Amino acid sequence: MKKALSSYEKTCNVILFVLLSIWFVASFGCGILFREWLDQNAPSIGNAPFGFWMAQQGSIITFVLIIIAYVILMNRADDKHGYKEDND
Amino acid sequence: MSQQTLNLIFIGLSFALYIVIAIRSRASSTKEYYIAGGGVSPFANGMATAADWMSAATFISMAGTVAISGYDGSRFLMGWTGGFVLLTILMVPFLRKFGKATVPDFIGDRYYSKTARAVAVVCALFICMTYIMGQMRGVGVVFSQLFGIGIPAGVLAGALIVFIYAGLGGMKGITYTQVAQYSVMAFAYTIPAIFIALMLTGNAIPQVGLVGNTLDGVSFLDKLNNINHELGFHQYTAGKLSTLNMFCITAALMCGTAGLPHVIVRFFTVKNVRAVRKSAAWTLAFIAVVYLTAPAVGAFARVNLIESLNEKKAKELPVWFAEFEKTGQMSWEDKNNDGVVQYRGPMHEQENELYFGNDIMVMANPSMANLPMWVIALLMAGCIAAALSTAAGLLLVLSTSISHDLMKKIIRPDLSDKDEVKWARIASFIALLIATYFGINPPSTFIAKTVAFAFGLAASSFFPTLLLGIFSKRMNKEGAIAGMIAGIGFTFSYIVYFQFMGGTSDQYFLGITPEGIGFIGMIINFIISFLVCIFTSSPPEDVIEMVEEIHIPIK
Repeated sequence: MKKALSSYEKTCNVILFVLLSIWFVASFGCGILFREWLDQNAPSIGNAPFGFWMAQQGSIITFVLIIIAYVILMNRADDKHGYKEDND
Repeated sequence: MSQQTLNLIFIGLSFALYIVIAIRSRASSTKEYYIAGGGVSPFANGMATAADWMSAATFISMAGTVAISGYDGSRFLMGWTGGFVLLTILMVPFLRKFGKATVPDFIGDRYYSKTARAVAVVCALFICMTYIMGQMRGVGVVFSQLFGIGIPAGVLAGALIVFIYAGLGGMKGITYTQVAQYSVMAFAYTIPAIFIALMLTGNAIPQVGLVGNTLDGVSFLDKLNNINHELGFHQYTAGKLSTLNMFCITAALMCGTAGLPHVIVRFFTVKNVRAVRKSAAWTLAFIAVVYLTAPAVGAFARVNLIESLNEKKAKELPVWFAEFEKTGQMSWEDKNNDGVVQYRGPMHEQENELYFGNDIMVMANPSMANLPMWVIALLMAGCIAAALSTAAGLLLVLSTSISHDLMKKIIRPDLSDKDEVKWARIASFIALLIATYFGINPPSTFIAKTVAFAFGLAASSFFPTLLLGIFSKRMNKEGAIAGMIAGIGFTFSYIVYFQFMGGTSDQYFLGITPEGIGFIGMIINFIISFLVCIFTSSPPEDVIEMVEEIHIPIK
């Protein structure tokens, strides 16, 4: 019953996986799990320790960039596979 | 002109604006009532969703939490923005493609069962009710400060306004009003922050000021860390929550975001999948404006508060302190009878004498910094816009769940459109009464925490069920129903046990507080769903086709 994944689905899955990995690393990774290590070892942003800055500013900025990337990549994938809507 | 008059004028003007917009775009059909006719532009919808999303918890409570707990406050910052990534990538484009108006609708159809739909309705009710309680509390805090009345009276006044306002226009009215509300909120939040950043750091951009130096040339964050150290608090940039607890709370808030029915439903108001994506990008950008400012607001507020109150004699205390004392939002108890205020942390040998709620920090901020009166008035208008817009959006989802999913789809399929709208209005009235009661007697006096419970409930019920419904062709109704009941049941009992039945902190499961337990509830939901699914039959052919269908962006 299982059908082979179409190339569109493959592209979508890759986009999903890559963006979610970045999402996880930026928030849970830098902001929580490795925060202490990063505070001590990574270069600080202005006067803010890196992990702290990621938790309060950097992660949010990353999230916005992730969604923008998502919109661009998905729209491109749709166009390439002929899922373009006529009226936009 | 007095501050009070100016506040009222600002709030009055903003209200007049909302009401005019609501009346002009009044709903005429059920489709307009629920999803605004499906033709809102991505930009406008993005702004409206941002207003819907940023509730009293964000606006009033969040910066206060950051001020009190420093790094620990990041759980709200990351949780409430990071969840949007999940929502956009994993949920809304697919749900929009499916094209039904509500979350229980999707669950009912995807899991081909009225029972699944009914369970989803119950989950939606619990989530929205908990969330509205937080909003009512927020409105109460603002009104109490505004008119110098107690919080209970403030909550009642707020409830009346929310009711008049939410019943007015349905989704179409709400969408355009929320565009106006976002603008009020964004200005109300950032303008005071800019003023204060200039005063403390000489830099007009609060985010730069936060990581920069103070006017005396020392690092602002070092100064804050030193203050905290001297007064016996944990280090500002380090926090004191355990890493596991921090992880769970943030994860619960994120997954909760992706399962919140009132946010998901917003994306049904735009015309196609492409517009949904664009709209989500706008939403997060608009939200980020406020969320990136919040850490700066919190840090500045802390320094201002401590500098204007700590070690001051009774007669040197600023005028605004008396105003906050009158409404019970701040208090000073001179324990050692030396006539001087001592603000102290748990690690200091002296006793703390100054008490204030987290929720008052944002509202007190402009007064503490002696900002012009109009800035304070604008902030008040923003607070009310934040609480109102979210409460209205939630009431709408709640009433839709009852009128559409429960009455029309399960109990009385012959219901006419007109009767459906009538049921929606009755439901929102009853919901508001309950929310008002719990606004006066909240699960937690601290708004962001009450709201965090709503997210935990959403994370443990809708998030796994929707995710599996979208990405797994094998998941069947038995698995979904069992999973939802187990997830929300566990999370709800945990919260009730610790918030209402006197559970103590040494009984926490792995040290996880009720705010973060939704994450464990979510894992339970996933596990139960899979286990039950393995031993029951696979879904019918047409449902499998439907799942394939929603992954393709156009027909």
